[in-house]
Amino acid sequence: MLGKESALELLEQAVRHSSADSVEVVIEGDDRQVTRFARSAIDQNMAESNVRVTVRAVLGKRLGYASTNRLGARGILDAVERAEHLASLQAEDPAFVSLPGPAPLPQVRTFHPATAASSPEQRAEAVASIVRALGSLGCEASGWLSAECSELAVGNSLGIRAYAPLTTARLVLVASSGDASGYAQWEGRDISVLDPSQVAARAGRKCTDSRNPIGLGPGSYPVILEPAAVADMLQTLAYVGLSATSLQEQRSFLSGRLGEQVASPLVSLWDDGEDERTLAMPFDFEGVPKQKVTFIEAGVARGVVYDSYTAHKEGRSSTGHALPPPNVWGPYPLNLVMAAGDTSEQAMIEGMERGLLVTSFHYSNVLQPKETSWTGMTRHGTFLIEGGRISRPIRNLRFTDTILGALNRLEAVGDRQELIGGMLCPALAISSFTFTS
Amino acid sequence: MEDLASFILDRALRAGASYADVRILDRRQESVNVRCGRVEALQSTTEAGVGVRVIADGAWGFAASADLSRQALTQTAELAVRIAKASAQVNPQPVVLEPAPPVRDQWQSQFRTNPFDVPVEDKIDLLLDADRVLREREKITVSGGSVSCREEQKVFASTEGSLLQQHKLETGGQVFATAVEGPEAQERSYPSSMEGLHAAAGYELIEEMDLMGGAQTIGREAVELLSAPRCPQGEMPVIIDASHMALQIHESCGHPIELDRVFGSEASYAGTSFLTPDKLGSYRYGSDLVSIYADATVPGALGTFGYDDEGTPAQRSPIVVNGVFQGYLSSREMAARLGRRSSGAMRAEGWNRLPLIRMTNINLEPGDWSLEEMIKDTRHGLYLQTTRSWSIDDQRLNFQFGCQVGWMIENGAITHMVSNANYQGVTPQFWATCDAIGHRDEWRMWGVVNCAKGQPVQLMHVGHGVAPTRFSRVRVGM
Repeated sequence: MLGKESALELLEQAVRHSSADSVEVVIEGDDRQVTRFARSAIDQNMAESNVRVTVRAVLGKRLGYASTNRLGARGILDAVERAEHLASLQAEDPAFVSLPGPAPLPQVRTFHPATAASSPEQRAEAVASIVRALGSLGCEASGWLSAECSELAVGNSLGIRAYAPLTTARLVLVASSGDASGYAQWEGRDISVLDPSQVAARAGRKCTDSRNPIGLGPGSYPVILEPAAVADMLQTLAYVGLSATSLQEQRSFLSGRLGEQVASPLVSLWDDGEDERTLAMPFDFEGVPKQKVTFIEAGVARGVVYDSYTAHKEGRSSTGHALPPPNVWGPYPLNLVMAAGDTSEQAMIEGMERGLLVTSFHYSNVLQPKETSWTGMTRHGTFLIEGGRISRPIRNLRFTDTILGALNRLEAVGDRQELIGGMLCPALAISSFTFTS
Repeated sequence: MEDLASFILDRALRAGASYADVRILDRRQESVNVRCGRVEALQSTTEAGVGVRVIADGAWGFAASADLSRQALTQTAELAVRIAKASAQVNPQPVVLEPAPPVRDQWQSQFRTNPFDVPVEDKIDLLLDADRVLREREKITVSGGSVSCREEQKVFASTEGSLLQQHKLETGGQVFATAVEGPEAQERSYPSSMEGLHAAAGYELIEEMDLMGGAQTIGREAVELLSAPRCPQGEMPVIIDASHMALQIHESCGHPIELDRVFGSEASYAGTSFLTPDKLGSYRYGSDLVSIYADATVPGALGTFGYDDEGTPAQRSPIVVNGVFQGYLSSREMAARLGRRSSGAMRAEGWNRLPLIRMTNINLEPGDWSLEEMIKDTRHGLYLQTTRSWSIDDQRLNFQFGCQVGWMIENGAITHMVSNANYQGVTPQFWATCDAIGHRDEWRMWGVVNCAKGQPVQLMHVGHGVAPTRFSRVRVGM
């Protein structure tokens, strides 16, 4: 970690040194500590400290990138010169217009001192308390507890100077006992809000409820997807089609469908970097302020996210969704929010005559992006619901379905949202979902 | 470097470590990515850093820093020991390492043409030419390719007296295309999908790839897939091409033989394994034809090295012999739990990551069939090429894999193309139906660069030696 003053000075130094037509410098500092545990013992426990500087040099319509983690003056200047040299060898990109210019940045709280101060001893004590809690239930504990203190600084020769210190903490927990397992997690910017005992209680309950599962044949069943399973679904949706790149290349499921009803009226989905319930962030990796972008509003397709390159192609402004340079994926939403509904998860269960409750998915993958078809396994707690109550745990099943299909068959949206993978997700009740093995 | 390593190890011992090792890494990379007629990314990267791994109070600690000043290295060594002592609070079984003699040696990978010496303009021209070939076809909305290379110098030293220096050079590339019409989008890649084909080789790999020829083929096939009938549903013999066999063996054999995973270290992320130690030496993994070895000594392969990241020499070890499960990928700690020797598979993505048990080169021994003979010998079946999607459960049993293109085989000959081809299986039942494996001329190494494991996630470069392989009864068309 450099700190704001040193990071901005480094930016100035690199920008001043460049003789390119324009130049952009991105500094990513990272002090990360991860305490990993398995079968109720800490087995991997690490810390890393790194700062990476990436330079984008622009010569007319030719761009070159260079990065380094050698922070001495010569190291940074060398990166600037390498980027300029590569730009000079480049072919012109007719669609490139300009680096973005400066704009006022929103005030968003991204840093919490408690996370930055998290120590190995504190994390070990938290893990010890989890191990004790799950041990009393006859379960073993596996997972990780991380505390990350990072910084992002972006500057360019057009005047952008953006700096944000960031903290992120995460506890992922799997309780296991024989062939049963249960999952719970927590993440946020402020580790002082984390209550490990509450996460342990949730994972432990899932695990003990999962003992002695029965097999259930493939078929289509009504399902309740808990927030972790919904997070998997939304992440896949973002990957296959919520960016301008996927739309411009006609491979998005939204291609030609903006303004159309693409999902149940119960579905509203947006990205909002200023929402402090997510891992809020005031600007993107080009230093552009993050705008709220609505993808689906009451089931109607509304838009996608842009970085400066994809925005210029359409003569519009970036929405502030560039990824770290050089970015071969296009813009991406990192602060997804799915609107909560008005149905509690308990009410969903009570309203289901026969169906399945899915805690989380595992190793899902896209089959046909434009169809949003995808497959994966259920994991860490799959249950049969009969007569409005959970009747039995069942063995994991493979699902194969389409996301848009599932979002069109929605019956209810949960009234509670959970932050998972940076996304704020409710539970969903779906009238029919296909399991293939 | 030797002085630096000694300094760090000394600081770790002074702080209370009973064992310490250090890796000092210096790496440079260059990549050219072309997409839709433009050079999307042209990048040069350099990085260096130190990772210190220690045992203190019987538990592991690890700390890494990009700052190579003596002051920062002292703090890093002390932090590693402090972390280990914190780990010891929740570590009922002290770490025991299988004894190993100290080794002092040097190793380097072989290559003919240093890819960093090839002008960047030549790489750009090659990829733009291939991209132009792809974009000549209507309905191709995404086209592109990449060439990348990586060079690393690594020093390993331990308090047991080992001192190893390794130099490795890697090169890789690919071309790809997506054709779109209405709701249909079809992808093709050459010579393989994901990040392409990589090897511990020089630029000769790219020259031998024939990316231009590959672009002609995949451009045509991507468009043809748009109007091809969908893969039929049912159960039939399936011949899998070598590039996708690399994924099949990676997911259904490579991961479940990682011994740390077997002992539960990935239970909260990637999962565990159905290949539990009680199955060693007796479990029927596949048909008699199936013999699989982990081999970190194959010249030019991506998962080849001189020594792993805890100083164990590279080796070739049996995993499955004539269909029977025989061995694991292991480390000094995990092997000791089984009373075995380390198979030399501890690898870290970089200086800032802990070594974990990772694949090296997991190779299916060649059989005695040509691809042509396999097709001729198939009355009604499918020939599948190039990975498109992959999903497997947390025990590595229930899988569903998709391929970019399928070809129907009727009465010993390919009749037509099918799209959206995929298949499902359960690992040992699937491998039990293996009834033909390509011979040595059909066999080659496939290097992949995106094998994920660990938290923080580490992407490892691994290899798979495979040939086209036939499975007699496979459920297809999900």
